[in-house]
Amino acid sequence: MSTLAAVAVDPPKIEYAELSPMLLVFGAAIAGVLVEAFTPRYLRKSIQVPITIVSLIGAFVLTVWLGLRGTRDAAAMGSVAVDGPALFIWGAILLLAVVSVLLINDDDQFVAQAAAVPGSADEDRAISEGGAHTEIYPLVLFAVGGMLLFPAANDLLIMFVALEVMSLPLYLLCGLARRRRLLSQEAAMKYFLLGAFSSAFFLYGTALLYGFAGSVDLAAIAKSLGSVAGQDSLLFMGAATLAVGVLFKIGAAPFQAWKPDVYQGAPTPITALMASGTLIAAFGALLRVFWVALGNLDTEWIPVLWAVAILTMVVGAVLAITQTDIKRMLAYSSIAHTGFLLTAVVATGNAGQNAGALSGILFYLLAYGFATVGAFAVVTMVRDAGGEAGHLSRWAGLGKRSPVLAGIFTLFLLAFAGIPLTSGFFGKYAVFSAAVAGGATALVIVGVVTSAMAAFFYVRVIVLMFFSDPAPEGPTIAMPSMGTAAVVTLSAAATVVLGVFPQPVLDLAHSAAQSLFVR
Amino acid sequence: MEPAEIVQHSGGVIGASWLMIALPLLGAAILLLTGRRSDRAGHLLGVAMSLASFVVAVLVFFELIGLGADSRRRVVELYDFLPSGSLDVKMGLLLDPLSISFALLITGVGSLIHIYSIGYMAHDPNRRRFFAYLNLFVAAMLLLVLADNYLGLYIGWEGVGLASYLLIGFWQHKPSAAVAAKKAFIVNRVGDMGLALGIFVIFTTFGTISYAGTLPLAGNASTGTLTLISLALLLGACGKSAQVPLQSWLLDAMEGPTPVSALIHAATMVTAGVYLVVRSGAFFEGAPTAQLVVTIVGVVTLLAGAIIGTAKDDIKKALAGSTMSQIGYMMLAAGLGPAGYAVAIAHLIAHGFFKASMFLGAGSVMHAMNDEVNMRRYGGLASVMKITWITFGLGYLAIIGFPLLSGYWTKDGIIEAAMEHNQILGWLAVLGAGITGFYMSRLFFMTFHGRRRWEEGVHPHESPAVMTWPLIILSIGSVFGGAFLILGNRMFEFLAPAVGRPEEAPTVHAISTIGLVTLAVVAVGAVYAWLRYGRAAVPEVAPRGSFLTTFARRDLYGDALNEALFMRPGQWLTRIAVFFDNRGIDGLVNGLAAAIGGTSGRLRRVQTGFVRSYALSIFFGAALLVGAWFVVGNL
Repeated sequence: MSTLAAVAVDPPKIEYAELSPMLLVFGAAIAGVLVEAFTPRYLRKSIQVPITIVSLIGAFVLTVWLGLRGTRDAAAMGSVAVDGPALFIWGAILLLAVVSVLLINDDDQFVAQAAAVPGSADEDRAISEGGAHTEIYPLVLFAVGGMLLFPAANDLLIMFVALEVMSLPLYLLCGLARRRRLLSQEAAMKYFLLGAFSSAFFLYGTALLYGFAGSVDLAAIAKSLGSVAGQDSLLFMGAATLAVGVLFKIGAAPFQAWKPDVYQGAPTPITALMASGTLIAAFGALLRVFWVALGNLDTEWIPVLWAVAILTMVVGAVLAITQTDIKRMLAYSSIAHTGFLLTAVVATGNAGQNAGALSGILFYLLAYGFATVGAFAVVTMVRDAGGEAGHLSRWAGLGKRSPVLAGIFTLFLLAFAGIPLTSGFFGKYAVFSAAVAGGATALVIVGVVTSAMAAFFYVRVIVLMFFSDPAPEGPTIAMPSMGTAAVVTLSAAATVVLGVFPQPVLDLAHSAAQSLFVR
Repeated sequence: MEPAEIVQHSGGVIGASWLMIALPLLGAAILLLTGRRSDRAGHLLGVAMSLASFVVAVLVFFELIGLGADSRRRVVELYDFLPSGSLDVKMGLLLDPLSISFALLITGVGSLIHIYSIGYMAHDPNRRRFFAYLNLFVAAMLLLVLADNYLGLYIGWEGVGLASYLLIGFWQHKPSAAVAAKKAFIVNRVGDMGLALGIFVIFTTFGTISYAGTLPLAGNASTGTLTLISLALLLGACGKSAQVPLQSWLLDAMEGPTPVSALIHAATMVTAGVYLVVRSGAFFEGAPTAQLVVTIVGVVTLLAGAIIGTAKDDIKKALAGSTMSQIGYMMLAAGLGPAGYAVAIAHLIAHGFFKASMFLGAGSVMHAMNDEVNMRRYGGLASVMKITWITFGLGYLAIIGFPLLSGYWTKDGIIEAAMEHNQILGWLAVLGAGITGFYMSRLFFMTFHGRRRWEEGVHPHESPAVMTWPLIILSIGSVFGGAFLILGNRMFEFLAPAVGRPEEAPTVHAISTIGLVTLAVVAVGAVYAWLRYGRAAVPEVAPRGSFLTTFARRDLYGDALNEALFMRPGQWLTRIAVFFDNRGIDGLVNGLAAAIGGTSGRLRRVQTGFVRSYALSIFFGAALLVGAWFVVGNL
């Protein structure tokens, strides 16, 4: 017995305050599950929605508090980095999550019962019994929690866990669209299979790097790059497969194939959440992998990422041109934007250049996130008999029938195209100028050329909306609920404000990026 | 002596001098933004804003006078306008004797013309818009003269250009007015390009564009650079002030309402070129060639304008020719350096009064004659419009240089200064004075005297008090203004801190040899005009006239020259460009677009929708990534 007492158990030190935003979101998610288990059906929605929104806003407030406190720390025994970029990314994800939840909360986007046909008696009964799936809310909270942990993870295992926590609820959410059930379920299935496939790559890379460095800690891996010799094949193989895992999540070519199918099939509010939140989280994780863990290996990975960035921009922009479905077009546009963002990822150099590139990426992600959520929110409002009017031909003449809505959508499209006085312009400017400063001028030229190509299909939609005659039995414009109206208004306001007075947010991104990542 | 140093100033009325610009700008904004809602009281607001601006100008003037003569150049910094790299423009106002003289003229004469317009535009449905534009003009013109840097001047310069365009085309339902507005705008663009180039060169030479940072350092630049700057600025001045070769727009600009012709195209805006040359005096003084060009432009324009004035039957166009000619005198004086600046500005101010008075008088006549502008259908109006006749007559006597009236002092001052500088210039200026005597007398006699040649059904009457009072006040200025400014070298001493002074102050003679010669030449012109247009009957249809008459009637073929030299080659150039654009560039662009579209269509087939092929693509992608990594890593 005395031997046991002699072994001093050193309990892990957890900085609860620094992790509080995540803890709050995860706690609310678990509370949501309990609500599902223990409260009657008719009450659930009215409990779940406040829990979700309050916890997300609370987490945002805590993030702001941490930011004001100037927290720059590797918490939880060094496995979670709560540093400037992480806090900025948390704030952005939480804001966009709140906005997305307003959209999710809206109305009949989600199936009431797995097997119910929309508009059928079965569905009516399910709805009247309050049988709509309120599990959506805890699922969203889990996904958001994963999104918070993913970019902050400072060791590869935590990162993997976060990846799965983020992805699993999303797979499920993708399959819950009320209309076009088969498409939705197919999307969920595809996303799940391909996601699992890429997770395997990620895990395989983790294992190989552990074999190389003897640690899964990002800083330890970085340190071992200089000291371990003769294990290059282990290192290269590990680094490359790890890269596949994160590049899949951001949807870079040649791992982009899932994006159009999933974005199209998923319920549009979930698409909005994925296109904004997931992209931001995955970019945070990507930066941490490449800049922190593999930072000293940059001569090896920069050429590889160059190729990936060029391919991504070209594939995104070229394929978007012939799309006829609005959601697919936005998916390809998201791929192209991923490529634009990658130009700054390769712009590493001295600390100043890194900070410039990082702040550019952060600003871009926030700006793009708002425009994307806004655009998908508009998509939910343009309806046909069978649900959203996805086909672009149905959007013809929308500007004549509903000038305000078409005008706002035009604003988002212009932001995507990077037209001055919208947020997209400063985002693109920040990213491209960082890339030029980092010596990636050729990449920026490709970026500008593909931007011009991308402008074509954005403007084509604008021309279609304003200068074509309306279809004789065109789609109806759903009267927006309070939630959707708020989402559209907020996103439009953010797009304009970030385009006209970007300085405060640029400064914020800059100060967040100043200290770079903690190691 | 060099001009006085420019010093920072804050507080006091001078510190609030931005109100001069802000008030009319606010007026314009309110009138334009509230639209028809302010139709009823809009004109009163316009007048009030202009008057308020005048009051501020007067207060600033007295505070400036209160300062010592050598500390009368004050800069009031407003804000950092363009902090961008090496170009850092701080927007501020320069209050000095030169700028305040202009400010008083602009707001003073401007306010009178605002008041007059209440009556003149009483029946126009768009009177509110008219006053909005007038206020906009006043604000822009004040910015032009008060800015303490060339960019501020440029903004004001473009602002008055815009106001001028809007007001010339105010009756845009008339095609001639719309065309005239466009012409004024386009011709001014040529000049504005010169001004812009000048500012660019100033910036590259001095690294700043504030007056304080450039003008006192002009001596550091080479003569070549200064000549380049000066000639570029002169091109700008020629555009705005309708000097040869950019004179052609001013005659057409008379399509605008008459108060506009009085305010913008006679009293104030067209003198901006003179302001620019005098303000940039330090550059011109370092570039004798440029100064020579300025004097030549002045003399050529003063003769050209006078010749055009002799042949016009349209009363406003005759006056417009006269304006060109008088600004030519000012330009000539401004080209003479410090010796001429004071007299140029004095003539400018005096001209502002008598020309505004005559234009408004012409407006009063047109008002009475159902908008008839052809002087051959006037005649004998003196008896029916007493006030207009007297005020116009005083303006007429002032401009021809009748002894002791304004023009006598200021124009003779210019002629004497020119004569001292260069005999040829001097004698040409005397000749111009003679022609002035002829064409102004012709105009006056054809309008107010002789047989009544009115159209049937025309019943002329005196204009209402709101129109005649401004005439009376302006004519007081035309009578006494010149003597006040010239006697005792008052203008000269007042301006000296701003523009510097020559070695010796000019002596003012009430009677001089040159003055007497000029007077004689003018008298010959006037008497000849009396014989032909006062005593003899004036035909109601213009006779064919000699070759010379045609020459003058066609504006000395200025338009024909522009068309042959610029318009037709320009049209050919655009045709060629359009051809190449359609065939070459569009073909390339469309081809490229088709190629990308085709690629896109083919690539789309890769997106099969089968999850197995996606997984395969990920697998191959991963293999490529690993392979690439090995290749790069082992390089």
